[in-house]
Amino acid sequence: MNAPPNRIGAEAIAAKGWLAAHKWLFLRRISQIGILLLFLVGPWFGWWIVKGNLNFSYTLNLLPLTDPYLLAQMLVAGKTPEQLAWIGVAIVVVFYFLVGGRSYCSWVCPVNLVSDLASWLRTRLGLKGGAHLSRSARYWILGMTLVVAAVTGTIAWEMVNPVSMLHRGLFFGVGFAWAVVLAVFLFELFVMRQGWCGRLCPVGAFYSLIGKLSLLRIRLPQREACNDCMDCFAVCPEPQVIRPALKGVDGAGPAILAANCTNCGRCIDVCSKDVFVFGTRFGDKVEKISPSAKRIAPAA
Amino acid sequence: MDTEKPRKAPASSQARRQFLFDSARMACGVSLLGLGVGLYARNATALPPAALRPPGALPEPEFSAACIRCGMCVRDCPYHMLHLAKPEDPMPTGTPYFVARQAPCEMCEDIPCVKACPTSALDHSLKDITKAKMGLAVLVDQETCLNFLGLRCDICYRVCPVLDKAITLAPQSNTRTGAHTLFIPVVHSEHCTGCGLCEKACPTAIAAIKVLPIYVAKGQLSAHYRLGWVEKEKAGGSLVTPDVEHRYHTPEGLKYDHRSGKVVPDMPPSSDAAPPAPALKALQGNKL
Repeated sequence: MNAPPNRIGAEAIAAKGWLAAHKWLFLRRISQIGILLLFLVGPWFGWWIVKGNLNFSYTLNLLPLTDPYLLAQMLVAGKTPEQLAWIGVAIVVVFYFLVGGRSYCSWVCPVNLVSDLASWLRTRLGLKGGAHLSRSARYWILGMTLVVAAVTGTIAWEMVNPVSMLHRGLFFGVGFAWAVVLAVFLFELFVMRQGWCGRLCPVGAFYSLIGKLSLLRIRLPQREACNDCMDCFAVCPEPQVIRPALKGVDGAGPAILAANCTNCGRCIDVCSKDVFVFGTRFGDKVEKISPSAKRIAPAA
Repeated sequence: MDTEKPRKAPASSQARRQFLFDSARMACGVSLLGLGVGLYARNATALPPAALRPPGALPEPEFSAACIRCGMCVRDCPYHMLHLAKPEDPMPTGTPYFVARQAPCEMCEDIPCVKACPTSALDHSLKDITKAKMGLAVLVDQETCLNFLGLRCDICYRVCPVLDKAITLAPQSNTRTGAHTLFIPVVHSEHCTGCGLCEKACPTAIAAIKVLPIYVAKGQLSAHYRLGWVEKEKAGGSLVTPDVEHRYHTPEGLKYDHRSGKVVPDMPPSSDAAPPAPALKALQGNKL
């Protein structure tokens, strides 16, 4: 074994080989960087495959895509979009309803690259601890942004939103958006792991609501094979979503149904026992192997 | 179950207290953040005077509600004169604007920026670019305008896409030389689209004519004001007492001549042989 034994995923690398233990990470990076490149070849080379940015984009003058969170803020601020934006929002909502709302966070959002870098560096530097903030804070902030939009009659959150600031900045001129992105990076590095993406960001919170009942889920068909190495918990950006499905807490079936699972597939990569796979949400109640399943028996 | 209840009650009350406390803490913290964001957004609703919105843009606070900050208008502008505001710019981040002195609106007939807008931020009912109101050109500096100095610069007049309507030249006597005419550029708000071509073309080091936001540039009459001559024309005649010719009280045999502004003998055309009245000489023009 090349990697030190305490490195996350070392067991998986030993068991499956380096490439297989980074498969989903690679695919995710290809998706994230590929999407950025699709937007960038327009301003760089004049090949206008995609125009716009993540708030609204138009691909090949054929496919409109609208950010539903932006649209929601616009509606509460008292304005309505044109037909093309309505079509765009329908496509986006249906897509993320199928593949999991927070897939946006791990496969599309450019801030994820910043967050992952901070997370990786934090682990490498052995930084531990930090501030405490509830993971429900993002829903409070989401609610607040809608209230502020309604009260001020403007899409106020867009003044400060680091997600669209970074994405827009890359194609339209970055200005001081780099400082905002640096602040997110330093916050996640020194103050709180996943402090932005996992606790504060209302964009992710909104997408988690869209994907609450989504089809594509991480399944754990072989959860009995788990050897409690804890690598999945260490690598997961939202580790609280794993336990119910892995340990069958309160009779939970072998699928991660929590809305905040980002479908990043990191748990699949780092598991040496191949406990995790991509699957659907269905067939959740086939087996109740956990001893804790008994606990709900009297209530039922 | 019964035995468990008394034990559970304080625990759940504790949990309730904790829940309420946590919620209150979160609500307070997030409200503070919201207050900051809200005030920041409110303060940034007024554009800096040099920043103009694309054609068809809604008036300012509304624009910030409808604009989705996607930059489609920027992309579809064939002259690349639109920008998206950066975080440090004093206007809502990500909203489109242009600076006339750097690159004005070229007033495309098919208005591609408006067509590209996926929301109502740029009004899709704008089909005729000459009806756009991006701002209003104002000849802000009469001390440096070359035409005011007596030259025939006329550049703003000649580059105006709404030629001879949005800007006209009004002749005025040059009191400095006493012998020449000043051709004063006059902007007519009814026709000016605020495209900024005049500001861009103004040859002085700093433009003497500038496009300003309409709320800065335009005055408004009080609602109850009526222009008598307009109302008269609309009604097809005087709305008050019928017009009567003004009568001057002049000595007998004299009358006031409007054209010359002088008192002249009031003679019927037939009695041209009659001698001038005695009082005439004393009253005539300069001799008084």
